[in-house]
Amino acid sequence: MIGIEHYIVVSSILFVLGVLGIFLNRKNIIIILMAIELILLSVNINFVAFSAFLHDLVGQIFAMFVLTVAAGEAAVGLAILVIYFRARGSIAVDDVNRMKG
Amino acid sequence: MIQLLAFYLFAALVVASGLLVILARNPVHSVLWLILAFFNAAGLMILIGAEFIAMLLVIVYVGAFAVLFLFVVMMLDIDFATLRAGLVKNFPLGLSIALILLAELVLGLGANSAGVLHLGVADGNAAPLAGAPNIEAIGAVLYSRYLFLFEAAGVVLLVAMIGAIVLTHRERSGTKPQNISKQVARRPEEATVNTQPEVGKGVSL
Repeated sequence: MIGIEHYIVVSSILFVLGVLGIFLNRKNIIIILMAIELILLSVNINFVAFSAFLHDLVGQIFAMFVLTVAAGEAAVGLAILVIYFRARGSIAVDDVNRMKG
Repeated sequence: MIQLLAFYLFAALVVASGLLVILARNPVHSVLWLILAFFNAAGLMILIGAEFIAMLLVIVYVGAFAVLFLFVVMMLDIDFATLRAGLVKNFPLGLSIALILLAELVLGLGANSAGVLHLGVADGNAAPLAGAPNIEAIGAVLYSRYLFLFEAAGVVLLVAMIGAIVLTHRERSGTKPQNISKQVARRPEEATVNTQPEVGKGVSL
């Protein structure tokens, strides 16, 4: 029988995969953004699973807000990425600290 | 039985495609694996009766978001081989951090199975309407109790949109755009007129 535990296990594996992705692809900011999306997806799975488990819709409402913030974050992140690439011709995160000033 | 099968199918696929997102050599493949991960997560959500969020996930992520990522990945001409150079070097650190996180989560789950903490029960203010479909129940809650939060989410999206446009907008030189204030300020007196002067007579300027 599938219970809430199964959903928590899936979402925690997904979360850990997202964190691992951030550390593995430290130079490639596109993959880092995708790993952040994986993390937010795992959070959403958790919210929805608990919403179904507790018979309370707040979890699903909150998942929608997480989705909203994730979309905004990705849009602004990709915009920064595009102007950074335009200015420097690469997207290596290593020398982002030259951006200051 | 079919639920069991569907759950394990979706769960295995979401984990596998999540793994491939972070390991794929080509970022375009990563985006495609991310789409698969979102699809299967939507399947997981449908299984527990959250159709609205599942459909939102498919529409927003697969429809808009993944396309945005694909555009950026394909638009930027990047040598991805050099970006992957640190993968082997970063692997032990990343793996150890991931294992620590996983151990913490497993510890939490194990502690839970030993005896659950009681944090109270849901107040039932947002309990789903009996017999109503998921989308109807969400609408009833979202547009009443959470109306202001909903509008705040709209503001967040607006700010993100304006931010993205302002960031990526650039003034190009050499283009001839419309000058609206000049057009509006134009008067008939200073406009060009069509005259037919006789031969030998000049025109007044």
